[in-house]
Amino acid sequence: MIAGSTSRLAERAFASAGLLSVLLPLGLLGLLLAAALAAALPRLSVGFLLSPLSRDPAQAGIYTAALGSALLVGLTAAIAVPLGVGAAVYLEEYRRQGRFARLIELNIASLAGVPSIIYGLLGLEIFVRVLGLGRSLLAGAATLALLILPLIVVSSREALRTVPDSLREGAYALGATRLQVVRGVVLPVALPGILTGVVLAVSRALGETAPLLVLGAVAYAAAPDGLMSPLAALPVQLFHWSARPQAGFAADAAAGIVVLVTILVAANGAAIVARDRATRGQR
Amino acid sequence: MSAPRWAAARVATPSERLIEAALSLCGGLSVLTTLAILWVLTSETLRFFAAVPLRRFLGDTAWTPLFADARFGIWPLLSGTLLTSAIACAVAVPLGLMAAIYLSEFARPRERAVLKPLVELLAGVPTVVYGCLALAFLSPLLQQVVPGLAGFNALSPGIVMGIMIVPVVLSLSEDALAAVPWSTREAAYALGARKLPTLFRVVLPAARSGIAAAVVLAVSRALGETMIVTIAAGQQPRLTLDPRVPIETMTAYIVQVSQGDAPAGSLAHQTLFVVGAVLFGFTLVMNLLGQRLSAGARRAG
Repeated sequence: MIAGSTSRLAERAFASAGLLSVLLPLGLLGLLLAAALAAALPRLSVGFLLSPLSRDPAQAGIYTAALGSALLVGLTAAIAVPLGVGAAVYLEEYRRQGRFARLIELNIASLAGVPSIIYGLLGLEIFVRVLGLGRSLLAGAATLALLILPLIVVSSREALRTVPDSLREGAYALGATRLQVVRGVVLPVALPGILTGVVLAVSRALGETAPLLVLGAVAYAAAPDGLMSPLAALPVQLFHWSARPQAGFAADAAAGIVVLVTILVAANGAAIVARDRATRGQR
Repeated sequence: MSAPRWAAARVATPSERLIEAALSLCGGLSVLTTLAILWVLTSETLRFFAAVPLRRFLGDTAWTPLFADARFGIWPLLSGTLLTSAIACAVAVPLGLMAAIYLSEFARPRERAVLKPLVELLAGVPTVVYGCLALAFLSPLLQQVVPGLAGFNALSPGIVMGIMIVPVVLSLSEDALAAVPWSTREAAYALGARKLPTLFRVVLPAARSGIAAAVVLAVSRALGETMIVTIAAGQQPRLTLDPRVPIETMTAYIVQVSQGDAPAGSLAHQTLFVVGAVLFGFTLVMNLLGQRLSAGARRAG
């Protein structure tokens, strides 16, 4: 009896410690974000979103940097999504076995673990210098595209794998070619899963800072107007504000944090919920 | 299941073949990326060692490549990286593992459905945000508790980095626990074992290689993390294991130098790639080890 009740107590204590381990990181981040929100309040306004950068912290806004980020991330997705989904279709629908497919698979797994700053060094040498793109939005987008490519390939392959083989066989039985099967049957069914992965990968690109700094992203730039505009982005702006000693810029950085985190938490949250719904539907 | 064999045997039209070739190029791009990374790091590293002998790289205890009296000892940057990574893992591994045990063995399904996505959001917050939070809010808070803590230090970014890595440890260890068949637990219960002894003597030992993989990949993530340590750790290369003083990691050095003027061909420029190569080597070893461990876990599970 006594042994039974002490072990029940131990179980309960252990479970509480487990719950605490889940809540502690969330609580700490919540606390720090609340502090950031408090520091940001005087600066958070529509004006902050619509003002260009300024050397006066009270006048500065994120308009230029946010526009740079929007262009950068749009361009990154335009490069990475077709390539990533294409590679996933190749690996899942065309060559499931074979030495080349195995090599690509191993490669993608290793690339996913390469630190983002190494991609920055790669982009600095290949895109900025050898290909002569300079410190431009295009060089930044190409670098970020290589960075998120493994994420897109992995999540798209998972989505393609959830498509039942009976659908493919049905289409083949009707005389469809492989391309027709992929385009008409497999991709439409896998699309929600692919999109979820794309959203997660693109939000990763939106928050990436280190590779852009290595490429030579600038703190002060005119509003971007094309692919070859100087590389500027919202997270880079946060970094520069956080490095300045004046208190005014600390408030600007806090306000930028609030904006960036709001966008990313919304995007990530939607993608995670959509993915959990989809996987629960299958079970 | 693989695509039916007879589908491949169909007569492929030229356009079909073109599509397949294009798709294989998409896959081939990843191989090209790896080769490019290796080439870039190796070529610049060789150029560096043509100018600076390996003896000065491994035998010196100071890293001042941009000073007039240039010294090239990698140890201060290595110690900074290892220190912040150790702090991060000291936070992330116990929390992540306990959280995984809780979510997979104790939590009700509905509780898990709410908590798991919330924790995953921790990984979606950009690292630059974590860095700003560490510098502007956590460091001042810690200064009130830890005597002698400088404004820039290894402790605060280490802790914040640990929070960021919790989801990595959580999801990999949870997968490892889920791979242990329920029948194993039921067998232990049938022998009269209670929940905790079953967990410690049956479930965790069975999941150990998957959990080890989670730890190894967490270390790899911490070694390569850049923005948090760049912003909050101080960018001062210093050979120390004291978490209270400013230090510099390998990643932060790369950012610091690329912010200044380091023209191509200069020694400063080459140090970027040498440090990058050392970092790449460390994370590669960790990732290969992690892959091997998790492959072992899958075979066992």
